[in-house]
Amino acid sequence: MSIRERLSGNEAVAYAMKQINPDVMGAFPITPSTEIPQYFAQYVANGEVDTEFVTVESEHSSMSTCIGAAAAGARAITATSSCGLALMWELLYVASSSRLPITLALVTRALTGPININNDHSDAMGARDAGWIQLFAENNQEAYDNYIQAMPISENPDVRLPIMTCQDGFITSHAVENIELEETDFVRSFVGEYQPENYLLKHENPLAVGPYGISPYYMEAKKAQAEAMKRAKKVILEVGKKFGDATGRYYGFFESYRMEDADTAVVLIGSSAGTARAAVDALRAQGRRVGMLKVRVFRPFPFDEIAQALSGCKAVAILDKAESFSAAGGPLFAETRSAMYDLENRPKAVNYVYGLGGRDFRVEDCTRIFDELDNIVETGETGEVYRHIGQRE
Amino acid sequence: MENTVEIRWHGRGGQGAKTACLLLADAAFSSGKYVQGFPEYGPERMGAPITAYNRISDTRCTVHSNIYDPDYVVVVDESLIASVDVTKGLNPEGAIIVNTPRTPAEIRAELGGYTGRVCTIDARRISEEVLGNNFPNTPMLAAAVKVSGVVEPEQFIANMEASFRHKFATKPQVVAGNMTVLTQSMQEVQVG
Repeated sequence: MSIRERLSGNEAVAYAMKQINPDVMGAFPITPSTEIPQYFAQYVANGEVDTEFVTVESEHSSMSTCIGAAAAGARAITATSSCGLALMWELLYVASSSRLPITLALVTRALTGPININNDHSDAMGARDAGWIQLFAENNQEAYDNYIQAMPISENPDVRLPIMTCQDGFITSHAVENIELEETDFVRSFVGEYQPENYLLKHENPLAVGPYGISPYYMEAKKAQAEAMKRAKKVILEVGKKFGDATGRYYGFFESYRMEDADTAVVLIGSSAGTARAAVDALRAQGRRVGMLKVRVFRPFPFDEIAQALSGCKAVAILDKAESFSAAGGPLFAETRSAMYDLENRPKAVNYVYGLGGRDFRVEDCTRIFDELDNIVETGETGEVYRHIGQRE
Repeated sequence: MENTVEIRWHGRGGQGAKTACLLLADAAFSSGKYVQGFPEYGPERMGAPITAYNRISDTRCTVHSNIYDPDYVVVVDESLIASVDVTKGLNPEGAIIVNTPRTPAEIRAELGGYTGRVCTIDARRISEEVLGNNFPNTPMLAAAVKVSGVVEPEQFIANMEASFRHKFATKPQVVAGNMTVLTQSMQEVQVG
């Protein structure tokens, strides 16, 4: 039975952590970390979990703690945000190349310059090539549900990759909304015990972790990581289906919202998908054939599936909450547009960079994008593909 | 969004506007509603203007932007009227609720022609009389519930007792005072 509650995104993820009761949490206990370790520390202090809670002097060390713990055979977690993730950078690659299924709860926020604490996806998108699985949530419910699915995905023997579950800073992390929580017994049995086949301290068959990878071996290790990321796709779908069968809330690579017969569509990630949903509903009520595709899984990128989902559209707008300074568009745009390249009648595609540093994205903004897509369909002219929305000129 | 009541809170850092916003979400949730309660974050410091928002409805509201056309505005610090356009976008069918010892007519004169209801409550005096200190957010919460009607008053009072017991778990002696503040504020709010 689900439990009706109201929680912020941070509270929801901390509660999932409590229900799972992992072995080790490495956490930098102050800003730029999130409220997640703060709430979790209360569970530790109250004896509600028996997790070894390691407070460290930096995010570099919190990821190092997780790597050490995971290498030793423990289930290790951490949580961070923004420049905290940036400080972990070096270790993100160590975790993924060592094939350690660490779970990181990321609250996505801008990277500084100018100084800013608000939401965008700069941190997560910056880490997109680090070899981590990345799941994104639209709201507190999805942040909670994704967290419960994270370990069954990342710890699967066919995968063994670290995983990042991402929710939007403040918009989701600090907003209180209704949520359906699951019983702890269900969560524990769904997530299961972590039983790695090999680990550093396994006395009958100890595993070497973090050796030097000389040139004759390095590339094989990387190819193995790449293959694991491909295999993760199947596991993500299996876990999402199993979770849905138990809770009624099904998860795939992305959500197609009113995409059947849609002429135009927006493609985006995170909390603004909820805002786009309202825009789609309003325009559908006027008889306009519009839809929305919300990307949940960015790594591995569901290349063929996204292309297929968009194949019936005439024009699509891909929205990026991160600026990658390619001078040609953001990361979601680059990959989505590339995915559509092999379609026979590929839709026209434009990019909108939006919502940087907490800039609000409104229903009206999304409606304007649909108007501009209609214009592209009518004229057949795409015009400038790399656009920004919401900023003053 | 249809059937969604949208509320905007204006306060100053340290006055508890965010807490009041989250308590209102709590109260509405307990009465069976779908709620959103969220502050607008920035480089907070004591005394700086802050804004917080509520959406309350019978179905889940998926919009995650700020609120630009609220049905109700709650002003926790009346000095903000001089520096913030507090009635911006405010629904003329709705109301503004201001913490002030002055009358609704006096406040209306400063609101740039807002035609909806103007409500006042002397949150500071009530708080100081009952709690011995200036905590304006509890009276403002009560006034917001009374004026907006988003929660039935009796249900609200019953729910808040539980919320306060949870919130003040380490200092239960303040629960009774806060409950008195709630009921007194619901009686004293003036609608003009």
